[in-house]
Amino acid sequence: MVGAEHNRPLHLFATFTAAAALGLIFVGGLVTSTGSGLSVPDWPNTYGRFMFTFPLSDMVCGIRYEHSHRLFASAVGLLTLILAYWLWRTDRRTWVRSLGLVAVGAVVIQGLLGGLTVIYLLPTPVSVAHATLAQTFLLLVIALAYATSREFHQQSSPAPVSAEIARMRLWVLGTLLLIYLQLILGAIMRHTGSGLAFLDFPLAGGEFWPSLDAQLLDRINWARWQLELPEITRNQMLIHLLHRAGAVLVTGGLVVTLTKSWKHRRSLPATLLRMVPALAILLVIQITLGAMTVLSLKQHIITTGHVANGAGLLGLWFLFTMRLYRLGAKASNTPAVSIQV
Amino acid sequence: MLITKRSLLILGFFSIATGLLAEGGTIKGTIHFEGAGPKLRTVKMDADPVCKASHDGPVYSETVVINDNSTLMNVLVSIEAGLEGQTFPVPEEPVVLDQTGCRYEPHVWGAMAGQPVEIRNSDRTLHNVHALSVVNPQFNMAMPKIVRKKTRIFKKPEDVFAIKCDVHPWMKTWVGIFDHPFFATSDTGGSYTLADLPTGSYTVRAWHERLPAMTQKITIKEGETITLDFTFEPPKKKK
Repeated sequence: MVGAEHNRPLHLFATFTAAAALGLIFVGGLVTSTGSGLSVPDWPNTYGRFMFTFPLSDMVCGIRYEHSHRLFASAVGLLTLILAYWLWRTDRRTWVRSLGLVAVGAVVIQGLLGGLTVIYLLPTPVSVAHATLAQTFLLLVIALAYATSREFHQQSSPAPVSAEIARMRLWVLGTLLLIYLQLILGAIMRHTGSGLAFLDFPLAGGEFWPSLDAQLLDRINWARWQLELPEITRNQMLIHLLHRAGAVLVTGGLVVTLTKSWKHRRSLPATLLRMVPALAILLVIQITLGAMTVLSLKQHIITTGHVANGAGLLGLWFLFTMRLYRLGAKASNTPAVSIQV
Repeated sequence: MLITKRSLLILGFFSIATGLLAEGGTIKGTIHFEGAGPKLRTVKMDADPVCKASHDGPVYSETVVINDNSTLMNVLVSIEAGLEGQTFPVPEEPVVLDQTGCRYEPHVWGAMAGQPVEIRNSDRTLHNVHALSVVNPQFNMAMPKIVRKKTRIFKKPEDVFAIKCDVHPWMKTWVGIFDHPFFATSDTGGSYTLADLPTGSYTVRAWHERLPAMTQKITIKEGETITLDFTFEPPKKKK
């Protein structure tokens, strides 16, 4: 057993970094929700000043969101650097050390993508890549937090996994992929301005799956005229509908998997079972926030809450997946943590 | 027939002289609006104290401004077709776009391709000026408090596009870039005037930021003044 050599401060630091990454997704989401992405026209400077000397009194309206995002991102970048250095110095597992470096690479690329969105005036592919990498970076740091946990170092289960658990793993992995794809679709929806392509929920244009004809487009654009919203196109309607369809698939995947987890609860450790209600609650919150996003006409806190809760759901599901795949794993004979120098 | 240099010079002189003396035609008109406009949003400027302090009363959205006489303000009227092959001098005098009270003044306007556009910041707060042009290069420039004006030139003619401030999301202005000087924006009485038009047949276009553009064809003679009104309606509700 290497559990005794588990480095608790390192694990806590990695967990804190993961929480900060989730916080950063919320702050970044606010930038998009408030349309503030270009409120600071220069990068890496802020209105010609070194970003850390920009006066607080000038952080008004959109700048408040965009500049806070940059400051928060810098802090997360610093945390990631420290984490990678700490892992490099203390963890003997090559893959963990490498993963730390990958996280640093990801945070650097993420910063550059953020800069490109400013310099090239929010090109949709770059903005979507920025949003997608944010989610991916969160998963990387969660993986590091888990890899440094006491649980990871200990033998998770004395018995080999059953055929049911093996099948369940596939469900969980498939659902993880679905959530990830759904978040990418959500990013596409946000960055193409398709979030209010339909103004009703749970119906879309009065139907569950409407035909995207000219008549419906006219009807929706008439309603948008009343609300002083710009006209939308058929493609925007399609993107919006795909995100709703994705939500149905994700919900299905989650419900089936969580039901299976409960069914096999005797075979699962308490740590995994404890996650089931948390995941179910996050799912309910996510659907509620999605509905409220439409019904509130994209009130920015609600919309951003939907983004951040989605990231939280992805992160927690990823942890659930990793834990499920660790079931029955033997503890490594190699000490995971060396004596700190 | 022998064409000498002198005869060509005389012919050229007369052409220019008659061109200068000839009185162009004028198109005048009113932009009417029939129906109910959308309920205008109140613009909340609380997030920037400077913006809020600039106004005593409520500030309303400028997307659809219906005047008291049921006419429509901020419609950009221009010659869409009929001037092909003709060139017109580009004014050196800049068009002024001011940021004042955290709004753009004017809200809808035009400029000639190559004409300087002087962008002013009359506010004691910072703005960014983000041009969403498609034909001309897009730009997003900072206007900190200490920068009172900057000049930009849109070199190519372009259909109407928006310029916005991302700091203050309610700030938006619309501009059309033309290769001729025959454009005007309807005023607080819904009126517009296109003056000094050469004789010819034209397609006149009326553009509004939230309503489908309208066109009408006219023929104008030397010294003639034509009245050309447009009537906009809100979109029809579809069942």
